[in-house]
Amino acid sequence: MATTSATGTEFSGETAALLAEGEGLPPGIGPWALAWRRLRRNKTALAFGGLFILIVVVCLLAPVYSHAIAHIGPADETYLSKPFNVKTQEFAVSPTGIPIGPTWHSRFFLGADANGRDVAVRLLYGGRNSLEIGFVATMITMVLALILGVWSGYFRGISDGVINRFLDIIWAYPAVLLGVTLGTVLAVGGIGPLHGTALLVPAIVIGIVYIPYVAKPVRGQVLTLREREFVDAARQQGLSHARIMFSEILPNLASTIIVFFPLILANAILLEAALTYLGAGVQPPNASWGTMISDGISTIPAAFHNVLVPGIMLVLCVLSINVFGDGLRDALDPRAKVRIAH
Amino acid sequence: MSLEAELEPGAPIERDGGPLLEVDHLKVLFPIKAGVLVDRKVGFVHAVDDVSFELRSGETLGIVGESGCGKTTLIRALVRLIDATDGAIRFRGADITRSGRKDLEPIRREMQMVFQDPQASLNPRKRVSQILATPLGMRGVAKGRMQEESHRLLQRVGLHPEHINRFPHEFSGGQRQRIGIARALAVDPRLIMLDEPVSALDVSIQAQVINLLDELQEEFHLSYLFVAHDLSVVRHVSDRIVVMYLGKLMEVSPAEELYSRPIHPYTSALLGAIPLPDPNENRARDRPTITGEPPNPIRPPSGCRFHTRCPRATEICRSVEPQLTEYAGGHLAACHHPQHVTAHEIAESTRSPTSPASAGDEPPTADE
Repeated sequence: MATTSATGTEFSGETAALLAEGEGLPPGIGPWALAWRRLRRNKTALAFGGLFILIVVVCLLAPVYSHAIAHIGPADETYLSKPFNVKTQEFAVSPTGIPIGPTWHSRFFLGADANGRDVAVRLLYGGRNSLEIGFVATMITMVLALILGVWSGYFRGISDGVINRFLDIIWAYPAVLLGVTLGTVLAVGGIGPLHGTALLVPAIVIGIVYIPYVAKPVRGQVLTLREREFVDAARQQGLSHARIMFSEILPNLASTIIVFFPLILANAILLEAALTYLGAGVQPPNASWGTMISDGISTIPAAFHNVLVPGIMLVLCVLSINVFGDGLRDALDPRAKVRIAH
Repeated sequence: MSLEAELEPGAPIERDGGPLLEVDHLKVLFPIKAGVLVDRKVGFVHAVDDVSFELRSGETLGIVGESGCGKTTLIRALVRLIDATDGAIRFRGADITRSGRKDLEPIRREMQMVFQDPQASLNPRKRVSQILATPLGMRGVAKGRMQEESHRLLQRVGLHPEHINRFPHEFSGGQRQRIGIARALAVDPRLIMLDEPVSALDVSIQAQVINLLDELQEEFHLSYLFVAHDLSVVRHVSDRIVVMYLGKLMEVSPAEELYSRPIHPYTSALLGAIPLPDPNENRARDRPTITGEPPNPIRPPSGCRFHTRCPRATEICRSVEPQLTEYAGGHLAACHHPQHVTAHEIAESTRSPTSPASAGDEPPTADE
């Protein structure tokens, strides 16, 4: 047996000497700071992010525009028999029923609709509603999807099975079909104390429809995270399940959540427009980009600005969210460099 | 049957100088489930199968064996990350095998673990200060003294105190393992389980980390349970060594004796697998080797688990599971045909009470 000489490794050297090992490194740069650095280099994403913020700010200023500049409310209909501009004898809607197009006046800057309402004012108010619904719906989706996804991925077992089948049921329906069904039913009946015409109704409908699209990936990620050794380390230190979920797993989901947020937001705004167009979303007299498109369809041959203006806003808004979201994903994804190469 | 079984289960045996950790016929079986809608248990993986040993205060107990022999499962069961199927784990005489999270809290403060992969065992989204805050909080360190304590800990494991606000990805492998050690050390434990703490590191870094562990053991009077597959590392750190194969104990021996006088053929084979630095010497030596893979732990071989690969196996090895035989000097081996022992020593030997319950009563037979 020749064994003894094999193990003759003599360990020497003071660990104190190692103190020098980490010298000369910059002070702690966290994953967030790194992501921000990458995002800052992506000028396109930043520009579109800025555009989105501009749209939000302008839409939030809708009442200011309405009161101080246009002097007309979003639902105010100018009488068809009376000219809105006495000097020029201009009518908002001509006697033949054709609404006025864009003008250089502060009122009817973007023209009027078939009911003689100011398109610019309605566009801002409608944008406010569309964005509001989009944000609320996205928040509903995110919060519920996180709870369901983290719970089912972390505890697995029976609750995982039940939650997943429930998500499968939602997922089995096309988003628009489910939205129209739920929206129609709820618009008629309302939800509990909520009246059917409340803006919250379409927001809840849209929020529910998109839950599986976020909950499923979150669950998958939690399934892998819970097997990681740092979770074992936390369990070994006696942390409770709740604390492990909040302080160990949730921070590792943050980038997923951030990437999903703009994605769902853009989809929610689009779905709102689609549902409203089909009559299952925002109910009159509330304005939204969807209602404006829907109302404008009948006057397309004579006054296509009624459809074009909210359509352009919708596209700009969704596009800016998506481009910014893509940039965000590239910045947060550690393999971003690989993705840029192709 | 074993003597341990006659003790009242869970009876507090607070003895000074008694074993810090007792493992009593511990079994960890993983059920294998199959079925389309309803899971049925179709079998078990015998990861740890009737293992008994004790760890004395202040000692380092090495656990070695091939990958898949149940070392990591054993250590995870001991820190209660995995629930044991059968048997008992006693810490300072108190049975902790089935204790709940709240009851385990004081035990966890004394029993810590360092993981194999320092990269995976540190949360990538937490700063070092946050990683250390949890165990420091367990020890009852006040918020205001947290920073100071963390600095002291980092300094003790050979890291810069200024590194406290960094994230794990900003460290090298060796430094990360030092953070892992600092995290274990933060609660001021008595016993640290080291699950292959250096096998993911470079050889030069291994030496530094092992030296650090040595220093810490002396300074804080720690006991170590050191799991490794690298026999040369284990020899350097261990006072006693446990050799495992397919979930069973093969040999338990004081460290030096295991290397100079391995009784179990499996131990000899493991020792023969240690490479020598000199290639000529390495080639020239006559070493016992075993070939092939370990058998499937779902259907372990009958009798002695090692008989399928053992050069000394005979008929009895196939049919009767060997008892753990205690030789002079606290050297235990589970083999029907022990080597490096005289007929006299075999005559003097006794059946160890830690023998598996399923083991036969046949005493080992002398060589030649």
